[in-house]
Amino acid sequence: MATTLNKKRKHDLSGPRNPWLIHLVLMILSAAFLFPLLWMVSTALKPIEQTMKQPPVWIPNPVEWHNYKDAFMYGADKLGYIPFLVYGRNTLIICTLAVAGTVCSNSIVAYSFARMRWKYRDLVFALTLATMMVPFPVIMVPIYGLYKNLGWIGTFRPLWVASWFGGAFNIFLLRQFFRTIPFELSEAAKIDGCSEWQIFRQVILPLAKPALSVVALFTFMETWNDFLGPLIYLMDQKTFTLSLGLQFYQSQHGGTQWHFLMAASTIVVAPVLVLFFFTQKTFIQGIAVTGLKG
Amino acid sequence: MKKNSNQEARTAMLFASPWFIGFSVFLLYPLLASIYYSFCDYSVLRPPIFLGADNYVNLWRDEVFWIALKNTLVYAVFALPLSALCALVLALLLNTKVKGMTFYRTIFFIPSLVPMVSLAVLWLWIFNGEYGVLNVFLKGIGIASPPNWLSDTLWSKPALILMSMWGVGNAMVIYLAGLQDVPQQLYEAADLDGAGGWMKIRHVTLPMISPVILFNVIMGIIGTLQIFTVPYVMFPGGAPARSTYFYTMYLFDNAFIYHKMGYACAMGWIMFLIILGLTLIALKFSERHVHYGGS
Repeated sequence: MATTLNKKRKHDLSGPRNPWLIHLVLMILSAAFLFPLLWMVSTALKPIEQTMKQPPVWIPNPVEWHNYKDAFMYGADKLGYIPFLVYGRNTLIICTLAVAGTVCSNSIVAYSFARMRWKYRDLVFALTLATMMVPFPVIMVPIYGLYKNLGWIGTFRPLWVASWFGGAFNIFLLRQFFRTIPFELSEAAKIDGCSEWQIFRQVILPLAKPALSVVALFTFMETWNDFLGPLIYLMDQKTFTLSLGLQFYQSQHGGTQWHFLMAASTIVVAPVLVLFFFTQKTFIQGIAVTGLKG
Repeated sequence: MKKNSNQEARTAMLFASPWFIGFSVFLLYPLLASIYYSFCDYSVLRPPIFLGADNYVNLWRDEVFWIALKNTLVYAVFALPLSALCALVLALLLNTKVKGMTFYRTIFFIPSLVPMVSLAVLWLWIFNGEYGVLNVFLKGIGIASPPNWLSDTLWSKPALILMSMWGVGNAMVIYLAGLQDVPQQLYEAADLDGAGGWMKIRHVTLPMISPVILFNVIMGIIGTLQIFTVPYVMFPGGAPARSTYFYTMYLFDNAFIYHKMGYACAMGWIMFLIILGLTLIALKFSERHVHYGGS
């Protein structure tokens, strides 16, 4: 999975006929794609008067680094206000539990679908794939009712517990990967007296690291970005996630303090971008693979 | 031998059991309950009361339902093809093997990583009527009175469509991977036949990546029709004049603001049927136009 793209490129096309024209187009497009994010960072570093100057101030002067600290600690000094720091902690807790649950549950389930034999397995797998079609709004109300009966509304539990019970997309992704691992490895381990659990833990999982990291990354991003879930299940501001907190902040103070709002927005974006830069290859390949095998 | 395979089956069931529980509790039960609730008056606080088809009949007569449905379809009709085209063009440009392909790919991909709420907040600022940088730019290139993106019913949807183009990175990466899988010999053969650039795209590239296009179109249909977070944050209540009040926003309001949970379930099922219908149309259409290669 990690090398297919790179191998292809070498013996591919000889090169474009007019590379400069294409470079020019790509550079203009890149500027257009990057500009909104640069503008966000630039606004976040301005003193408030400069956010409303016409013509706009492109590069903040002076650079107000403390806007980030102010946005991060916003409300910490006021009674009843919750600082962004708490939202960040909440988001991390939920992300950790959801990622752990997704990786553990889906790898075990996918192992069963990929490398063990049982009756109706392929039929059940087809049914599993079909569940990807179900839009969340259809099942939103009964699931809310379920959590309400359990007394979980207002807690983090609705946002991570379900991830410990598998999900079609990740089962599919891991199953496809597990099937590429030679079955002789399992046979050899069986002859050596390994139980199915030992084969799974000691043979398959170590080989499946690339696929597991894709699942972990996607789940982290998805949980970090999730807005509808926290909006439905979280009640108290103290329990808000970053996404929900940012929306709350915007609805309270939007339209005036653009420098703080952009700083807060940057705080929500930055961890995702940092994570992306460190895991770029896994990430891009993960997306390409889901698209091509889907 | 028999005993062995029984044993294996039992272990396999044990391994798969998290999903059996997850499937029953978080999918099958909610689906069945949702069908039932859609025929009920239900507010979560009190037990459901069976009504028959009342919710569906009322939806048919509900003006806001039609507005929300129309908004969603209008948005999808523009956003889907435009972002698909945008993703495909970017992928084709990157696939020309210019130097620095990975660099450009990263830049085009990054915006699709931006969390929805940040995205909404950022674009609120860019579209801002007084200080928005987009209108400064438009005035700069000679447009004397650029639109009021956020407060004009005519321009609120185009604003969202423009934003959707910014987030095409994901689809672009998938297209690019598809393009890199097209066998090189096909282009060489086309060269021998004297095919030009456009002819090659039309007769080699597009047919070869048509399964990838189909995948992206179907994922696009499912995602676009559920659009919620961005308009919810940017346009509270679907302002201006409900021009950005989308299907899922009305469904959410019915469920959690008006506590008409049965009504919301009925809306959910109608949405499901629309998505299924459109997906089937896409698959039907694909029978004639999608080419599945030997691989």
